[in-house]
Amino acid sequence: MARRYDSSTTTFSPEGRLHQVEYAIEAINNAGTSVGILAKDGVVMASEKKVTSGLLAPARTSEKTYKLCPHATCTVAGLTADANILIDQARLRAGRYAYQYQEPIPIENLVEHVCNYKQAYTQYGGLRPFGVAFLFAGYDIHHGFQLYQSDPSGNYSGWKATVIGANNQAGKSLLKTEYGSSSSSGDEMKTDENPAKDETEMPTTVEALRLAVKVLNKTMDGAAASPDKLELFAMTLDEDGNCVHKILNAKEVEAVIAEVESETATAGDS
Amino acid sequence: FSIQTILTVSRHTLPNHIVVYFLPTDSVVIATDQVNARSILMYQQNLDKIAELSSHSAMGVSGPNCDLVNFSEYISKNLALYELSNDGMKLSTHAQANFCRGELAKALRKGPFQVNVILGGYDENVPNGGSLYIMDYLGSCHKVNYGAQGYASNFTLSIMDRDWEEGMNEEQAVKIVEHCIRELNMRFLLNQSNFIIKVVDKDGVRTVKADSDPSDN
Repeated sequence: MARRYDSSTTTFSPEGRLHQVEYAIEAINNAGTSVGILAKDGVVMASEKKVTSGLLAPARTSEKTYKLCPHATCTVAGLTADANILIDQARLRAGRYAYQYQEPIPIENLVEHVCNYKQAYTQYGGLRPFGVAFLFAGYDIHHGFQLYQSDPSGNYSGWKATVIGANNQAGKSLLKTEYGSSSSSGDEMKTDENPAKDETEMPTTVEALRLAVKVLNKTMDGAAASPDKLELFAMTLDEDGNCVHKILNAKEVEAVIAEVESETATAGDS
Repeated sequence: FSIQTILTVSRHTLPNHIVVYFLPTDSVVIATDQVNARSILMYQQNLDKIAELSSHSAMGVSGPNCDLVNFSEYISKNLALYELSNDGMKLSTHAQANFCRGELAKALRKGPFQVNVILGGYDENVPNGGSLYIMDYLGSCHKVNYGAQGYASNFTLSIMDRDWEEGMNEEQAVKIVEHCIRELNMRFLLNQSNFIIKVVDKDGVRTVKADSDPSDN
């Protein structure tokens, strides 16, 4: 019955839905997972690299993580070709803002611009929406470190931690229980004299990286984690206050994976 | 779309408009004349040529009245739009100045704004708080401690060269600006006794002194 209202992006169904937009969101649920976590001193994003063939030439550039400007980076879940267009838009916007104001673009401003661009494809022109979801990680002086998620509809929201791509629901439920509970306070009993903290405590970048790997372990369902399947990214500030965008090398990824393994192995031991 | 007539870009700014400005440590003092006149006619002597751009920034403008008003309003309304569109986020003085300069530069090869501008503002996260930018109709922009636009500069720059010091307070700065104004009243050919002085500091923009038109009463 919904078939009649499927084909055009720019038509509502009788139930008030835009089916093309929903189908675009579905397309992303088959893509490689990406998790983003906001830390006290930075933002962390971990992505699953889907290797489709052993014959593929080793990639010199990432197909998940992209730098947008000196203080913002994004990860992608979905159609890479679609993503490239939007990443270009984001880079142009950041550059033009910097030219006009001689200042770095506030992150929300950048995200909103990309999202407005996406939204146009759900309302005008009869073209299909972009089949991409993004995680934007960035820093500005107004709001510090920030993490945003956006989807084909052009909606975006700020997150402390979130997951996009395959098995994102499993990832999100893990984050709900594990984000903000630091290992030291987790053992204390909640009593009347010692009520549970209402505010979640933000992890450090190091802790966040471990949590991100944990999430990917869950969403990748049992496949053994290794540096060629995972891409870990961390954004922090150096002593001069400049953003450092770091994609961890194989050794560093190995180290994080090993830490997570030993943590889960000893979990539950008193 | 306005068409440029009468005045060519290569001519210096009209003699009648004078802007003087000053940067004490924690604030900015801007003064302009209040004259609106053309040919042999004096239209008014109480024109406020210092546009308030945001809660903590202001821009003194000089040039033909049409461009002066048009440009002031264009910049101040665009900056107001920025705050509305960005959830109240304020643009720093540096960013506002560069935006303003960019608009002058863009218009230069299309239909130039024949205005000279000085933009001053207060930012919390800037050392000493106050900052001052001087721009001309060709789109140049420079951060300065003090300066003047138009014929005023011939008379007042030397005073400010001598008297400006790092770490002055607002009271001292206003005194120097008043000295400049007295000098102009004494030595400048065109009588422009009415001046408006505004100060931008941590509490915002306020008018320190403004003269009135003879027809005001």
